[in-house]
Amino acid sequence: MSMKVSTRQVDGITIVDCSGRITLGEGSVTIRDSVRELLSKGQKKILLNLGDVSYIDSSGIGELVSAFTTVRNQGGELKLLNLTKKVHDLLQITKLYTVFDVKEDEAAAVKSFN
Amino acid sequence: MGSRFCRFHRHFAMTEQRVSYTLDSTLETVDNAEQTATRIAADNGFDEDEVMQIAMAVREAAVNAVLHGNAYDPGKKVMLDFERTGRDLVITIRDQGAGLDPAKIPDPLAPENLLKTSGRGIFLIRSFMDEVQIHPSQTGTEIKLVKHVHGPTGGGKEASQ
Repeated sequence: MSMKVSTRQVDGITIVDCSGRITLGEGSVTIRDSVRELLSKGQKKILLNLGDVSYIDSSGIGELVSAFTTVRNQGGELKLLNLTKKVHDLLQITKLYTVFDVKEDEAAAVKSFN
Repeated sequence: MGSRFCRFHRHFAMTEQRVSYTLDSTLETVDNAEQTATRIAADNGFDEDEVMQIAMAVREAAVNAVLHGNAYDPGKKVMLDFERTGRDLVITIRDQGAGLDPAKIPDPLAPENLLKTSGRGIFLIRSFMDEVQIHPSQTGTEIKLVKHVHGPTGGGKEASQ
């Protein structure tokens, strides 16, 4: 049930592989801490891989928005990769799908950062 | 696991018309409310997408009750109630907070609010349920969520959109 993240570097981009649930409490905090840590290390090109995220609630959506704006305010870029249908649908109905830069292919996503 | 939630769900659709819970104002309550809603919705013949929608609506309502209503106050409780009528699953969540005025909730789809980090819970609840009634009072907020049953046990009611 809990949220897990691991990070890896590909061509200067930090890919954060997330799995589990991004919900109020532990899941949201995990995302927040991960993004803060990356920014503190100067890693500002972040690709959040949500392919194994089974569930997200309104707090989790808020956390993604927060991560997006925090990274952008520090001159970086945060993009989303591999949305599950549930997460995709939630971003659609909350009109956030076009706010985020959403990618489906990892290699193309990595290249899209400049 | 193994909580008091478990013992009711199995025969809910067959033998119980109504189950009620009184819950502490904790994050665990939010998770338990969601899990209970998942089981009861599944037992009442809703399909996978509908079960997810009902469970998420209940989760969001429970979050509102625990965080915004009762503000984690250990002296305040959350009342969660599932009732199966002939054609509906009716879920009521009540808190003992100051009362939520739905008119004061900003539209989360307005361009100026899109990048806000909160304020989407009620919107999601309304998106997922067929009927939503919010009754604020000085002694707390009651939110009633209704989902029409249109499976074989739903009394012939079909979705009419």
